[in-house]
Amino acid sequence: MIHFVLLISRQGKVRLTKWYSPYSQKERTKVIRELSGVILTRGPKLCNFVEWRGYKVVYKRYASLYFCMCIDQEDNELEILEIIHHFVEILDRYFGSVCELDLIFNFHKAYYILDELLIAGELQESSKKTVARLIAAQDSLVETAKEQANSISNIIAQATK
Amino acid sequence: MAGSSIMETLFQRTLDDIIKGLRLQLIGESAFISKAMEEIRREIKSTDPHTKSTALQKLTYFNSVHGLDMSWAAFHVVEVIGSSRFAHKKIGYLAASQSFHDGTDVMLLITNQLRKDLTSTNEFEVSLALECLSRIATLDLARDLTPEIFTLLSSSKNLVRKKAIGVILRVFGVYPDAVRVCFKRLVENLESPDPQMVSATVGVFCELASKDPGSYLPLAPEFYKILVDSKNNWILIKVMKIFAKLVQLEPRLAKRVVEPICEHMARTGAKSLMFECVRTIVTSLAEYESAVKLAVVKIRELLIDDDPNLKYLGLQALSIVASKHLWAVLENKEVVIKSLSDADPNIKLESLRLVMAMVSDSNVSEISRVLVNYALKSDPEFCNEILGSILSTCGRNFYEKIIDFDWYVSLLGEMSRIPHCQKGEEVENQFIDIGMRVKDVRPELVRVARDLLIDPALLGNPFLNRILSAAAWVSGEYVEFSKNPFELMEALLQPRTSLLSPSIRAVYIHSAFKVLIFCLHSYFFQRKTIASSSLSSNDLAQGVSDSVSVRESPKGSGSATCEAPANELDGGFNPRIPSQLSKDIPTGNGDDMIVTHGQTSSFASLEKNSFTEDSISNLLNLIEMALGPLSVSHEIELQERARNILGFIELIKQEIPGSLDQGEGNFEREQLKASEVINVMRDAFSKELGPVSISAQERVPVPDGLMLNENLCDLEKICGDVQLPSTSSFSLGTPHSKEKIGVSLLNLQSKEESEPSTESTSLLAEHRKRHGLYYLSSEKNEISSTDYPPANEMKLQDDLHDDAEDLVKLTEQSLVPKKKPNHAKPRPVVVRLDEGDEVSIVAKKPDSKDDLLSGAVRDVLFGNEAIPTSSRRNPSDKSSSKRKGKEKVNIDLPSELKENLGDEEKPDLGNPSSRRSKHRTHGKERRHRSPGKNDEEREENVQKEKQKSSHRHGRHKARQRADGPLNVVAQAAVIPDFLL
Repeated sequence: MIHFVLLISRQGKVRLTKWYSPYSQKERTKVIRELSGVILTRGPKLCNFVEWRGYKVVYKRYASLYFCMCIDQEDNELEILEIIHHFVEILDRYFGSVCELDLIFNFHKAYYILDELLIAGELQESSKKTVARLIAAQDSLVETAKEQANSISNIIAQATK
Repeated sequence: MAGSSIMETLFQRTLDDIIKGLRLQLIGESAFISKAMEEIRREIKSTDPHTKSTALQKLTYFNSVHGLDMSWAAFHVVEVIGSSRFAHKKIGYLAASQSFHDGTDVMLLITNQLRKDLTSTNEFEVSLALECLSRIATLDLARDLTPEIFTLLSSSKNLVRKKAIGVILRVFGVYPDAVRVCFKRLVENLESPDPQMVSATVGVFCELASKDPGSYLPLAPEFYKILVDSKNNWILIKVMKIFAKLVQLEPRLAKRVVEPICEHMARTGAKSLMFECVRTIVTSLAEYESAVKLAVVKIRELLIDDDPNLKYLGLQALSIVASKHLWAVLENKEVVIKSLSDADPNIKLESLRLVMAMVSDSNVSEISRVLVNYALKSDPEFCNEILGSILSTCGRNFYEKIIDFDWYVSLLGEMSRIPHCQKGEEVENQFIDIGMRVKDVRPELVRVARDLLIDPALLGNPFLNRILSAAAWVSGEYVEFSKNPFELMEALLQPRTSLLSPSIRAVYIHSAFKVLIFCLHSYFFQRKTIASSSLSSNDLAQGVSDSVSVRESPKGSGSATCEAPANELDGGFNPRIPSQLSKDIPTGNGDDMIVTHGQTSSFASLEKNSFTEDSISNLLNLIEMALGPLSVSHEIELQERARNILGFIELIKQEIPGSLDQGEGNFEREQLKASEVINVMRDAFSKELGPVSISAQERVPVPDGLMLNENLCDLEKICGDVQLPSTSSFSLGTPHSKEKIGVSLLNLQSKEESEPSTESTSLLAEHRKRHGLYYLSSEKNEISSTDYPPANEMKLQDDLHDDAEDLVKLTEQSLVPKKKPNHAKPRPVVVRLDEGDEVSIVAKKPDSKDDLLSGAVRDVLFGNEAIPTSSRRNPSDKSSSKRKGKEKVNIDLPSELKENLGDEEKPDLGNPSSRRSKHRTHGKERRHRSPGKNDEEREENVQKEKQKSSHRHGRHKARQRADGPLNVVAQAAVIPDFLL
């Protein structure tokens, strides 16, 4: 299974962290520091797998962002690479040629997309179209709620409560 | 209040504002964050849900990206989850799944909210709750929400069903009893027409099977069907992983799956699937030659690919295959060797492992030569990897790959000189280990040690200190092989030794002591022979070499006579006695060899630097010069040793000048005195350090009449006021400490007392120290006084207790023609012990959670297997067990309830039957669910209430299962027929 997903920028800034196995806040910080030290220093033409504490970390760099997933020893590295690519493609489709800034400003949306892709450290949806559809549906739900909340009448109603 | 709320709403900074602001802060980031956190702390208490949720969102951002603590906001998270608006709920659930953990105390508060959302009509709300649950489920949550998840497992909405399947993994993990409820529905999803469902379900089973494959054997037919029919690569990869686990348990399964897997491998264009096929074959189907051949062809494709990923995986697959099919590695030798110089350290490492796998006794020296040369050129990190793997490969299983130990020892010396070498500890261990185990190599060992000691440059490298201490010990212990003891002494006492740590310097000083004794002894021996002048020079050499052999053999001089009474006293139960006795016999053989060595070496040394008066007095002066300052050292280890030597020299010096100045008449008498002292000292050092088996002490039988298990409380009462000394001081122990420690200790004591009865008291102490080493590794102070070897030396064992076997080994070696004629000399005997040397492998107990889970799964799957036995006792069950697997869960419950649950649990007796009937209803209702839905829900409420009690007897079951695994084994034997 996938133990955690990390998105780290080339400068070592964390863009997204998702933990499927229990790690305390302290461990999380340590893991991120350790792994970004290992992964960011690796050259461009090397293989995308790093052995780390008895696990394997599969990473791939897209533009300035490193997508890292930590898996068990016997998991399939190539499959994980495909999942990463899958995730990137979905992000790309959603944001329209995604860049790091999109993920910085829509950090929660990246989470929601990841949640549609993976659950409990396993791939749950391999269809890009389905994920896009589900995200769009949820977005519209959120939007309607927001509109309601932001309408003048609502604010007035609150103020006069 | 309302005013402040609206102000907050209007002027609250959104997440966007925070992120933008943060990006503008180039230096004062932490100040910005702490200010933002202050705001959040205020805003999150707001009554307005919008303000609150925005604050929470910001907090989640800081938590996940900047790693700030948000556990303090757990209660607010619960509040936001409870919001009626989807947008807020979403933020709340995200925050919960990011920050909640098993220890979060508000976890209990969200049970109802989760239940509400799980049963919501909005599928997105359900999916939010499921996602969150998949991350945070605890035992309580899982137990309370299992009925809802059970319902969702057959939801008509794909989105929900898929996520429910994903959640199951976590729920089973924390609450194994959920298996009894949900397992069947999970299995049904395997046959779903929707590939997404199958994919999710297979993923769950893959994860479950990796922990306990045995329980899922009965599902093999379902998996097989997927393996053959599915066209989805994601699913195929997972299914293959399951089979990789299953076929290891059931060989007949392997025959069935090997063909489809090979087909997939040949057909697929996807590298991930192809690699999975290869890996499955090399890990689990390695007996199928043709399949392995196909796989190796594919591995070769991976190896020559330009993609470093594929190359890496190819090497990895090759190293898996290496253990069983070495030919596959040899076939790809060039690629592997070439990969050693790859740019990628991971690939280098992998190919290094493969190269080491290729090592055999015929090519070990070539490969090591190549690698050591390569290590010289590579970066420090990889250099040490290389050295480490050479050391571990060569040292494996008592150096079984090494034929020419002289070569290996000089290789060790060479390795130590590699500038980046940080493997001091391993080299040190092997140095000493080889010295003890392989007698024939000692001359070379001493030579290598000398070369290391004599080089002042090496003293400055802290990584080499350990090696140097081993070298010092070796050259002290086997000083008789040294070509030039004076030179050795100079090396041991050179000024730069002050760079070493005190513990290592102590080894140096002690070795110097040994060398000194050797020199003095040789000197006096020589004087005696010259004085009597009845020996020709040839005889003289013979004499010296004799003395060497005498020193080697324990039967020489006083030690054997000391041993004899000890032997009588101790009877049969001292482990050391047989070893001592047996040693005599094989050394008959060994002695010859040693004599020859001794002859050449000591003769040569005698010729070159005969032990003249000048040289001896120079030697004594040198020692006094070097050690004088150390006698006031603050390090007690150094101080004591230095003083010992100086005191000894003091003693000898009184004798020697006398012997030098006075005439022939006095000489003999004086001489005798001095040489007597030296003889005594020499005897102290001459006993070879032969370790005994770890289990030696256990083998000592307890003598009759000694009750070791007897309670010593009475004793405690009698001498309760007496402060008992700690056991660590037992060798000098007071009477009652002896009583406490028991028989083996008494042995030791009596032996120690009887043995040196003829010797001086200083010698007695020396012996004690020495024997302490033999017996107790825990005695730190005793061991350090013999300097070497360290405590872990107890691992090295001596095969001395079985002389017959040793003889057999020796004769075998001389009789059996050498297999490989190209070796110049036969492999020397490597002393080893049959038992005790091996690291005892304690079967790892699976942790109790897994046990519970697999137990539950077994119950569900194998329940029907148990029918015959239980139905015999419980005829009423037979009627209800008509539908296969319908109520397998409960079949063995009644009998167990009778056994395990006493009268106090009587109310529970009704439970199994009610649950059974419920199961049946579920089964029936599944097809016409909507009409019966209300009923079902009501039933589930009933069930919910009963969960607690049923959980209790679930535990009972688990306990019983652990007690009687036989039952499970018997069932497992029946499984395979599911498939065949």
